[in-house]
Amino acid sequence: MHISEGVLSAPVLVSGGVGTVVGMTIGLKQMEDKDIPKTAIISAALFVASLIHLPVGPTNIHLILNGIAGILLGWRAFPAFFIAFFLQGILFQFGGVTTLGVNVIIMALPAVICYYLFKILFKVINDENLVSLGIITFVCGFLAVFLAALLMAVALVFTEEAFLEVAKVAIISEAPLMIVEGIVSAFCLVFIKKVKPEILKGR
Amino acid sequence: MFNEKFAMGSSWVHDLDPRLKIIMAILLAVITAVGNNILMLLQIFFLACFFLVSAKLDLKQVLKRLLVINTFIFFMWLFIPFTYPGDSLFQIGPLSASWAGIIYATKITIRSNTIMIAVISLLSTSTISSLMHAMKCLYVPEKLIYLFFFVYRYLYVISDEFNSLHNSMKVRGFKPETSLHCYKNYAYLVGMLIIKSYERSIRVYRAMLARGFKGKIYINDEFKVIPRDIVIFACTLACLSWFVILEQGIILM
Repeated sequence: MHISEGVLSAPVLVSGGVGTVVGMTIGLKQMEDKDIPKTAIISAALFVASLIHLPVGPTNIHLILNGIAGILLGWRAFPAFFIAFFLQGILFQFGGVTTLGVNVIIMALPAVICYYLFKILFKVINDENLVSLGIITFVCGFLAVFLAALLMAVALVFTEEAFLEVAKVAIISEAPLMIVEGIVSAFCLVFIKKVKPEILKGR
Repeated sequence: MFNEKFAMGSSWVHDLDPRLKIIMAILLAVITAVGNNILMLLQIFFLACFFLVSAKLDLKQVLKRLLVINTFIFFMWLFIPFTYPGDSLFQIGPLSASWAGIIYATKITIRSNTIMIAVISLLSTSTISSLMHAMKCLYVPEKLIYLFFFVYRYLYVISDEFNSLHNSMKVRGFKPETSLHCYKNYAYLVGMLIIKSYERSIRVYRAMLARGFKGKIYINDEFKVIPRDIVIFACTLACLSWFVILEQGIILM
């Protein structure tokens, strides 16, 4: 889910760029030297995982995993998505140069919101209860994609009001993805909790 | 899965200093993205095409990439002419297409393609590692560059790991379908990939510490700007300034 080049207006592009710079500054500040390999290798794993195509009825969709990215990386999701989009731009020519800022915000801001939401909910639930862990992760995974679609719609509508219809259709068409992402995120995090709980330590 | 096909060719575009290429690509993209004058957009499109032709890339591959972007643009064409306010040009049933909408959609098409062609011909013709070196010279924060190096280096390792996990699923008779079972299996695949990556990152960091890592990675960057690069850079800047003048309407045409 990203907006291609040449669509957005200058004010939207500039605000996206400024927002991304702020987010990346916070993310890089929080990242100590010992976090660099961890952040990088988990980002690489999420990048590879996002290339998986899942069948949904007659078509297939690819995962975004920004919910999981937020839960695992927090503010470091900003540099992670920046690098992911830059590499996609160079390797596959998805996204581009001027839209980089807006696209990073679309993915990373929901990730950071989910990071805080998960932190709060994780404190509330019983630590050992895997069902409630699954439920809160489903909510985070679902919400992350929903917010991403919403931000994309906002970027389009702020550019040109005539995009309202396109934006509405875009949000609705992402609905299956939201549900699938929620399910995959939930199972994935429960699996991590069962197999390697120290990854979630400190949440 | 990840290849840098376009970086393999040999032409003056490939040999151009990556630092200059990054600056040129960004300037060109920004001017195109904010440009509104259709005459200017067409000229800048030709400049981008000039770089593309000079780079002597495999045109079939390039067109394939452009086709992907243009499918998205195609969907825009289905909406914009009918939702954009303006005088009606023609009618299909209850929908009326506006002239202003068609112009708007045309501009988006030109802008999108121009920037993509510029990215392909200027950025994709350098290897990722030389682009990272160049970004370091252009004062991109060091931490981001280190992160970049690691992501890029481990992308290949992790994608091998992914393929072996995926293959072992397939060997056991896994078939993708729309079912909870399938999603659960994919979720476990992603989970396993994250766990393996996490463990690998700890091993990597320990290995770095053992070799005396002190928070700095030394990057060997030796770029040389040859006179030809300066000429090309100056010509591009001249063209870009002309586009800005045209856009601002300083010279009336």
